[in-house]
Amino acid sequence: MQGNVACAEGALAAGCRFFAGYPITPATEIAEHLARRLPEEGGVYVQMEDEISSIASVVGASWTGARAMTATSGPGISLMSENIGYGVATETPCVVVDIQRGGPSTGIPGVPFQGDMVQARRGSHGEYEAVAFAPASAQEMFDLTVHCFNVAERLRTPVFLLADAAVGHMRETVDVPEHLEVENRKLPEPGAGEDGPIAGFLDEDVAPMPVFGNGYKAHVTGSCHDDYGMRNVVDAEALDHFVRSLSNKVVRQRDDLVQVVAEHTEGARAILLGYGVVGRAAQAIGGQVRERGWPVGVVRPLTVWPFAGPEIASLCAGAEVVVVLENNLGQMLPYVEAALAGSCRVVGAPPQVLGSLHHPDQVVDLLQKELAL
Amino acid sequence: MTVAAHDPHPMEKYIRPGARVTTFCPGCGDGIIAHSVLRAVDRMGGDIDDYVFVSGIGCAGWISSPYFAADTLHTTHGRPIAFATGVKLARPDRRVVVISGDGDLGAIGGNHLIHAARRDLDVTVICVNNRIYGMTGGQVAPTTPTGVKTTTTPAGSTERPFDLCRLVEAAGASYVARWTAAHPRQITRAVMRGVEHSGFAFVEIVAQCPVHFGKLSGEGRAVPMMHLMRDNSVPVRQAAKLGPGELEGKWVVGDLVAPPAAAPAGGEE
Repeated sequence: MQGNVACAEGALAAGCRFFAGYPITPATEIAEHLARRLPEEGGVYVQMEDEISSIASVVGASWTGARAMTATSGPGISLMSENIGYGVATETPCVVVDIQRGGPSTGIPGVPFQGDMVQARRGSHGEYEAVAFAPASAQEMFDLTVHCFNVAERLRTPVFLLADAAVGHMRETVDVPEHLEVENRKLPEPGAGEDGPIAGFLDEDVAPMPVFGNGYKAHVTGSCHDDYGMRNVVDAEALDHFVRSLSNKVVRQRDDLVQVVAEHTEGARAILLGYGVVGRAAQAIGGQVRERGWPVGVVRPLTVWPFAGPEIASLCAGAEVVVVLENNLGQMLPYVEAALAGSCRVVGAPPQVLGSLHHPDQVVDLLQKELAL
Repeated sequence: MTVAAHDPHPMEKYIRPGARVTTFCPGCGDGIIAHSVLRAVDRMGGDIDDYVFVSGIGCAGWISSPYFAADTLHTTHGRPIAFATGVKLARPDRRVVVISGDGDLGAIGGNHLIHAARRDLDVTVICVNNRIYGMTGGQVAPTTPTGVKTTTTPAGSTERPFDLCRLVEAAGASYVARWTAAHPRQITRAVMRGVEHSGFAFVEIVAQCPVHFGKLSGEGRAVPMMHLMRDNSVPVRQAAKLGPGELEGKWVVGDLVAPPAAAPAGGEE
């Protein structure tokens, strides 16, 4: 199964019943697959006029109670960014898939790249927390898409799947489990709202979502609002509550959100750190050099945001050097450096040719030099 | 018949409790429009909980949010039709009504407007056209008449204004009507037709903005502006007999596009 198809099937398995998108390489296969499959499952597929309206209609659909998703690439994320912030501000569960390609601007559509890692974190204006996961295989395209839906529903917030053209277009066997754990957003008790407004927002433990069509008389706005959703665009105290509550909602859950794959980090002199398909390559290279007897471990965060800083610091404690492999010029590197806080050398290593995978020889040579082997 | 001072307003049952103080400037047309839309909801029977009101950014975006006691989605600037598309497709049994302004729907959101019309999406779009950006303090809009001075066209606008009704008609809207805030009963009727129409319905309501447009254009305060809107309105059937030159500065009002069953056209009202 192709990675993008695995993502689409994962969405269906997670109960996705609404998809809106706009064609873009290298993400288009997700839309094509769902255009055929969603109606079979009683869902809705719509191709919108652009990415701005795609994410807007996803948020609108989510407010009717539907599990909703869009898929695009970096240029589309740029266009979606304002309404992703709207989804954060209105606490709207939805999944945003980014099959990254070469950028900035139109870049190269078909080339794998990891250029949107920080955009996912801070792409929309204002202060907020982002949630993002990075798959490295077709299997993880399926599994992490399901996970993205569950986290989105649990936290009532947009969640990113940050893949790239390599993982989107690779073809691998995918095991589809017969039974999946699917989480649902909390809803207010039936009849709530009849006697007055519902406190459906800004709960750090996640408020029940007063979805449309149930008489809840939900007041939903991206403007600064109170726990009842009512706008307050006057008081700084209201803004403080608005921003802190939304942020703390995610921060409180960070330990549950952060997942890291770690191999042979115990006693390692060097750690290869990478995410997504580059992290998978790091795992392969780590295996090769360990056969030579080199003490090299590998850390591959599945969770990009919230950043796995404390976990990375713990896994890399005792290492002399951490090599950060990224298919960009070092987007996550400053975060790793900050997490390790001078406790060891941190070396950023883009591939020799951006947009291609790291050649194993490049990484082996680097390790040999860094460890004076 | 006299009405005692303490009797509730007939539309008060549709007003969100606690949302009483309006943000509209003195003389604004948005209060008339809010009333006319709620009267349409009332006259169609049913429950206001059957509706989802979606609005964008700008003065008219506040008509339904927070004032209407229904599900309301107040979106980003220019995008209410796009959000409404998701709401309607995911819950086709809901009546989805977009209320927003000419800048929101016709400038930044113009692409969504024409594509929703092309899809003949079953939503009703109420476009309050005050011919200026009111909330930000009186900047030129794509609907500002040529020559009118605004804060960003101090020598007068040199551009031509959009006729949004003709735009959505060309894009495929299956119900299009225009009235002004001087025609509250006709607004109610047009909104009812729009909501009951199965397909994309567009109701443009020309509205006075005395604080910005009236002051900057010289049209004056609310009452003279409303007189001007009324006096410059030409029913659609009458307009058909006039040449283009004779319609200069006029508003063609009534049902501009309507399915045959929705006749008679509003032109005789």
